[in-house]
Amino acid sequence: MEYFLIIISAIFVNNIVLAQFLGICPFIGVSNKLSTASGMSMAVCFVITLATLVTWLINQYLLVPFQLEFLQTIAFILVIAALVQMVEIVLKKVSPALYQALGIFLPLITTNCAVLGVAMTVVTKEFTFGGEAHLLNLGESLVYAFATSLGYGLAMVIFAGIREHLALNDVPKAFKGVPIALVSVGILAMAFMGFSGMVK
Amino acid sequence: MSKFGKLITDGLVKNNPTFVLLLGMCPTLATTTSAINGLSMGLATLFVLVLSNMAISAIAPVVPDKVHIPVYIVVIATFVTLLQLLMQAYTPAMYETLGLFIPLIVVNCIVLGRAEAFANKHGVLESACDGLGVGIGFTCALTVLGLVREILGSGSVFGWNFIGGNDGMLAFVMAPGAFLCLGYLMVLFNKFLKKD
Repeated sequence: MEYFLIIISAIFVNNIVLAQFLGICPFIGVSNKLSTASGMSMAVCFVITLATLVTWLINQYLLVPFQLEFLQTIAFILVIAALVQMVEIVLKKVSPALYQALGIFLPLITTNCAVLGVAMTVVTKEFTFGGEAHLLNLGESLVYAFATSLGYGLAMVIFAGIREHLALNDVPKAFKGVPIALVSVGILAMAFMGFSGMVK
Repeated sequence: MSKFGKLITDGLVKNNPTFVLLLGMCPTLATTTSAINGLSMGLATLFVLVLSNMAISAIAPVVPDKVHIPVYIVVIATFVTLLQLLMQAYTPAMYETLGLFIPLIVVNCIVLGRAEAFANKHGVLESACDGLGVGIGFTCALTVLGLVREILGSGSVFGWNFIGGNDGMLAFVMAPGAFLCLGYLMVLFNKFLKKD
């Protein structure tokens, strides 16, 4: 039940883009076409889950025992940067097809604040799923990370669909490009506000 | 002197990070629930931007090209950690409010962007001015956005309530209002300030 709550909360109620404002730059940047949007969401999903696993372990077994929590920011960003590089190299060797599909998006992910954001959230924020406030354990963190990235993908794909239609419309000059996109996201976020209160 | 002055004013309008370059959107949208929050976030970013620009311009000649991005990220992360510790000590309430978005300055593309585009090719003093200009531009944008959202959302200006009671349009303080307000402010900016 608790895992179910985490999943619903991460995908719909606290959607990472539409409610938490993380990962907006790639969200606006690569959502012009449905195909690139889904490629990017897959890459993000992969990296967020993997990065959360590694950073959670590093925090729990390296930073906390030695009381080095103030190094979280530096340690995590380095781990994420290294991880993205490594994923790129491994994928190239092991699964060239997947590498082809994700290829161009991988280097962009280092500076996607969604990755660092999720990694920081799971080790610092106390959640109240199923009773008392507590920090998430490893299993919960992984489920949270995976569900959050699914929510990212959901928002991305919906928005790419909207933008494909927007591109065909006659938009006033000052609104062209990003401004009209932001207004559309605003309306999309309003729709997602309907989920708020479903899970505390 | 005019050269440094120009560097600072360029960051305000011509290279405005929010309205023209569209960088650093996450903190822009997330922390501008009120004018004072927007202002604080802007100043926090300004602090990191000026210091990291100066440090990076100073070390750029000796950093090997292959590892320059990781090195820059570590430099930026160091200043962000410094900022985190300072804010925890002196403004704990604001640190709580801005929360996650203080450590996330590390991945704010404005900071790394200025390091790549400006600081590694210019002197320390020029880079400091560039950081100051872009930082002020960012702070202004955040404060304006925060002000608009605060007026519409909670009917107050810098915490001073002018309608009495909590009768603002709540949606503007929440997520949708952030996107809508930024979108419309960008339209106004395009219409009246941007010259192409």
